[in-house]
Amino acid sequence: MPKDHGIGAPMKRREDVRFLTGRGVYTDDLALHGQAAAVFVRSTVAHGRIKSINPTKAAAMPGVLAIFTGEDFKDVGGNPAGWLINSRDGTPMREPKRPVLAHGKVRHVGDAYAAVIAETLSQAKDAAEQLADDSVIEELPAIVDMKAAVADATNRVHDEIPDNLCFDWGWIEDNRAAVDAAMKAAPHVVTLNLVNNRLVPNAMEPRASIGEYNPGTGDYKLTTTSQNPHLTRLLVAAFVLGIPENKLTVVAPDVGGGFGSKIYHYGEEALVLAAAKKLGRPVRWTAERSESFLTDAHGRDHVTKIELGCTKDGQILAIRTETLANVGAYLSNFSTATPTFLHGTLMAGPYKVPHVYVNVKTVFTNTAPVDAYRGAGRPEATFSLERVIDKMCRELNLDPFEVRRKNLLTPDQFPYTTPVGLVYDTGNYQATLDRAMAMADVAGFDKRAAASKARGKLRGMGLSTWIEACGIAPSHLVGILGSRVGLYDAATVRVNATGNLSVMVGAHSHGQGHETVFAQIVAEKLGVPESSVEIVHGDTSKIPFGMGSYGSRSLAVCGVAVTKAIDKIVAKGKKIAAHMLEASEGDITFEDGKFSVAGTDKAKTFGEIAFSAYVPHNYPLETLEPGLEETAFYDPANFTYPAGAYICEVEVDEGTGKVDVVAFHCADDFGNVMNPMVVEGQVHGGVGQGIGQALCEFTAYDENGQLLTGSYMDYPMPRAEDVPFYNVDYSCQTPCTHNPLGVKGCGEAGAIGSPPAVVNAVIDALHRGGHAHVTHIDMPVSPSRVWQAVNG
Amino acid sequence: MTKVSMTVNGRAVSGEVEGRTLLSSFLREGLGLTGTHVGCDTSQCGACVVHVDGQPVKSCTVFASDVAGAQVRTIEGMANADGSLGVIQQAFQDHHGLQCGFCTPGMVMSSAALLAENPKPTEAEVRHYLDGNICRCTGYHNIVKAVMAASGQDVSALAAE
Repeated sequence: MPKDHGIGAPMKRREDVRFLTGRGVYTDDLALHGQAAAVFVRSTVAHGRIKSINPTKAAAMPGVLAIFTGEDFKDVGGNPAGWLINSRDGTPMREPKRPVLAHGKVRHVGDAYAAVIAETLSQAKDAAEQLADDSVIEELPAIVDMKAAVADATNRVHDEIPDNLCFDWGWIEDNRAAVDAAMKAAPHVVTLNLVNNRLVPNAMEPRASIGEYNPGTGDYKLTTTSQNPHLTRLLVAAFVLGIPENKLTVVAPDVGGGFGSKIYHYGEEALVLAAAKKLGRPVRWTAERSESFLTDAHGRDHVTKIELGCTKDGQILAIRTETLANVGAYLSNFSTATPTFLHGTLMAGPYKVPHVYVNVKTVFTNTAPVDAYRGAGRPEATFSLERVIDKMCRELNLDPFEVRRKNLLTPDQFPYTTPVGLVYDTGNYQATLDRAMAMADVAGFDKRAAASKARGKLRGMGLSTWIEACGIAPSHLVGILGSRVGLYDAATVRVNATGNLSVMVGAHSHGQGHETVFAQIVAEKLGVPESSVEIVHGDTSKIPFGMGSYGSRSLAVCGVAVTKAIDKIVAKGKKIAAHMLEASEGDITFEDGKFSVAGTDKAKTFGEIAFSAYVPHNYPLETLEPGLEETAFYDPANFTYPAGAYICEVEVDEGTGKVDVVAFHCADDFGNVMNPMVVEGQVHGGVGQGIGQALCEFTAYDENGQLLTGSYMDYPMPRAEDVPFYNVDYSCQTPCTHNPLGVKGCGEAGAIGSPPAVVNAVIDALHRGGHAHVTHIDMPVSPSRVWQAVNG
Repeated sequence: MTKVSMTVNGRAVSGEVEGRTLLSSFLREGLGLTGTHVGCDTSQCGACVVHVDGQPVKSCTVFASDVAGAQVRTIEGMANADGSLGVIQQAFQDHHGLQCGFCTPGMVMSSAALLAENPKPTEAEVRHYLDGNICRCTGYHNIVKAVMAASGQDVSALAAE
């Protein structure tokens, strides 16, 4: 029988009840007394010089309370990049200021250059339209294509950056010559040019922010759609507006998905705070979906050349990549880390590859900022690697399963130091490969392919064996790599006088189910029912300073902080119990919610100890403080390394080019699993997004920098009909060796492992159908692209 | 401004609206029924689905004044009389058919409309019917499973093919 509660139980989520009854509270659901509405005036051109903004008419329109332009913020700080990356020659990256509102120039369609505050949303919209009419913006040539951006020194996104280059990064630069030599000496070299398609994250809840200011206290409050309220507070208070952190509370209430796009601080958050202060009343803004498309940080957008040197029997000898990575018009907070340390460090994959070198040139363009989106750098690395290995198998006529097996690290090789700077602590990649092959019934493929053929379809099977670096991140390491923040997390466990618990966590749940899963951990460790544990998150006035949720870090970093705080609670409880039971502290054991004197039947329940801590009549007050509340910060010693094997089967319609994913099998190693139901859900969602990237999602800017795919009518996200049921298994478990829960994280795996499995399957189908000339199709592998590849 | 009256979740309500006031705005801002969400403004995502006279409707694309006199049902009206989750809501919880919860009200309302007209839908029928409801979190697996379970079908062995 599976457990019905505690660690490892598939407990139903407590948060579901409010979401299923319409009682969730998202930012836009809040109505505040005296609230005013903000509407942004956004650039309709990709690149332009602001000549004049005349607010006279707009300011006189009904209900208008205030108008802001870039001029109002020119003396405050900019929204900073969180990582400083140095170029190969040692020079620091170019770091243009990212203002609250555009000043001087607009740099992408949607770049806000003014804001109107009015009594009602309709009045603000009407006045914003007038203000746009009364603004003169001289259009400049748009810089859209990355190669052209680097080649053209006269046309600049930022006037002070001559070649539109943010940095030219080499990893690891000292190894470059050795990698070049190994590549030259390799008996066979495979080359693949590919595009990792630009994606729009599209959390279903659009971004929204409400600013409040109390003139009587000088306190600010920002309610916002954030994955990390403390990080947002730090950025908006310390870097942008210059508000003391202690005078700003940031609340991220229920948040409707993030996928990376809500990690970052955006100018709208600073604007509503500044406007609230000016007006002395709450100011709110909620994005329309078209604003989300234009201004949420996008993901991916790499143009890559990958070369793989190998023996004729498929032993990988060297890997070398050159990538152009788009950062868009401004540096979003994680934008410089994503194509570098979250990408280059994964380029050895789960394989023993002696020589790896990665070069990334990061380019400014007149497009929306690009930053981390589910997987963040790791999907890009995995896609390049798994596609080039697949190409190697075709060129050398090798079996893709056996080639993976030959190159995978073996369990006796851990800890393993990769040539790109990571130390994998543990894993069993053969086990997940075996498991996936069994799940997919690889041996039965030919029969299924024959059945597909009888239906007029080409069937193909694609494999991806992947690894990721999660549990972001060890601060000492990321500090060396250029991070300007630490990446620990924190938890406070407050035992209340009546024995129930309030647990305040730095992680933020925007779909992941922390309220349920963290309660399971607390309940298991303290021997109390889950129903007596409340998980509090998302409010800087309540929680300790944690860094939020992204990078599959909630459990592997914050979850561990929770257990560390519980350890302190138990240690203090033992002291209290020793006093109450007149025993020595060393003789007290804690098990199943009871503090006992070892070898006797003398015991106190957890509830009795809690009560004693708050009503300390019989209590060692001379040596011990009353109360039972502990905080722990946890900074991981290493990344965690989830890994797995994914097998996809597709059917391709040769006549139309349409691809259907007919089976998807995932064998994942996440280490220990806290709630299998939640883990499966995370994998489903990640794979769904990965299939979206592989088959349909496409962000198109035209040569003028106009976003052509700016609504759900143009940007095709997967619908229920576009995906199959997924077959998910997490039974191969090599617990993480450096955190006490033995967990690795599961949030991004699906989005990392799935795109190459899908594309490999399509290529396989086409080859089986006699279209051996098709060696690669860029994502999204849409019907038109497949048809053109087949018939081209 | 004109006065509009309708019945929402069995309760007679009325309010002053502009001609351009959308049903979703009237529900959210006028009545404080914020369970109905607006995700796209273009009737693509389905987070705003409510029932008007028993039919599923995307409330972000309907004027409040156009449904004067109608019977409107929202996610807040889907629980049992004693406050416990209704069959579809319970199936969504049992099968983890939601994550961030933002698309969920629309998913539940569309699923209820589906099951009202087709009490035992096949997997393909569920997927087809929910084509107008986008979820970014679940990959749809557990939503489809939940809807089929709510219809009384055994979903224990569902997988691809």
